[in-house]
Amino acid sequence: MVAKITKRDFLKLAGMGGVVFASGLPGFNASAQTAGMAADDFHFVQLTDLHWGFKGPMVNPDAEGTLPKAIAAVNALADQPDFIMFTGDITHTTDDPKERRARLAKAKEIIGGLKVKKLYFLNGEHDAAIDKGEAFKKIFGESTYSFDHKGVHFIALDNCSDPKAFLGEAQISWLAADLKKLKADQPIVVFTHRPLFDLAPTWDWATPDAKNALDLLMPFKHVSVFYGHIHQEHHHKTGHIAHHAAQSLIFPLPVALSQPKKGPIPWDEAAPYKGLGFRSVAARPKQVEFKLTEHPMKKA
Amino acid sequence: MGSRYRAWIMAAAAFLAAAGVTAWSVMASGPQVIKITAKRYEFSRPEITVKKGVPIVIEITALDRPHGFSLPDFDVRGDAMPGETTRVVFTPDKAGTFDFLCDLFCGDLHGEMSGKLIVTE
Repeated sequence: MVAKITKRDFLKLAGMGGVVFASGLPGFNASAQTAGMAADDFHFVQLTDLHWGFKGPMVNPDAEGTLPKAIAAVNALADQPDFIMFTGDITHTTDDPKERRARLAKAKEIIGGLKVKKLYFLNGEHDAAIDKGEAFKKIFGESTYSFDHKGVHFIALDNCSDPKAFLGEAQISWLAADLKKLKADQPIVVFTHRPLFDLAPTWDWATPDAKNALDLLMPFKHVSVFYGHIHQEHHHKTGHIAHHAAQSLIFPLPVALSQPKKGPIPWDEAAPYKGLGFRSVAARPKQVEFKLTEHPMKKA
Repeated sequence: MGSRYRAWIMAAAAFLAAAGVTAWSVMASGPQVIKITAKRYEFSRPEITVKKGVPIVIEITALDRPHGFSLPDFDVRGDAMPGETTRVVFTPDKAGTFDFLCDLFCGDLHGEMSGKLIVTE
């Protein structure tokens, strides 16, 4: 069962546990991100579901132009992020291994146009499921890793190299070892491609063994998960663990189970790029506070 | 029907019941077997109708590449492999319409490869 969170619930939940989130909600001012920032405060950008190589004029007639537009939009941010995280489906799937490598390489080349050079990558099933992540790893590197930045512990988990979308025992063991060195009040941010909860298993919007990861994360007081896959903004809580899906950069998908079949929402000539965008996350580690800002794609 | 004949029928029925023939008959008819094939990006039977409480066996074979057959509402799944038959065995214990899907990533339109299981009372 999926718990729907209304905006009122969201604000109420957000006020609990010392974590405050704002995400395109009334009253949230994006400029507040930088107001009164402490030395350890920072922000990062999440880009997801680029699907480089996708062709489908009915859902995005500007498939090759959307990613460069997003790169330009990130470069135009007044305050450049400390780093940028790509949460998977950087490319659209193909059976041809040569074409897969070409798409991954071309996407990397375009992404290279970002002013920010500290980039982190995670695969999606379109990048990795057909060849179990082989080409992705050669071009973008490992898909399970962690790093620390200004007091926050960041973890990337791969739930897409396995075509059945399991995290797998090896990765769960790695996560257990990675978390072992942390204190219970350590702020943790997890990146995945697919949701780490049963958002809609009949739409393949789940990770079959996500519970194994959540059980390990549950003892930590401040955990947020940022993911993609569902091509829309979505917020959910598993206990005190917050999950935030970001918009895609290729086509939006409908709200979970809102229609009989999952399929891309057609391009709206009256509102081009509607439903597409990226996210910036302002972090105040000492206050264990994150503020989310959604940046919708625009025609310009 | 004469009373002697009726008594004989009743005695025979009692004997067969005592011998477990009723149970044997059910076992002989067996579960409902449903054969389906999977290929990009469709199942040969997009709708399957079954009866609540009757055991079913879904026999699935892939025609082109590996696929998955998953019925999340009944927590059952199986891999569908080319040249092999996989049996997914369960007894639907609730009526309604439930989605099944390919849960083994199979390509571009993988996300649209699904069907409906209709369980009647």
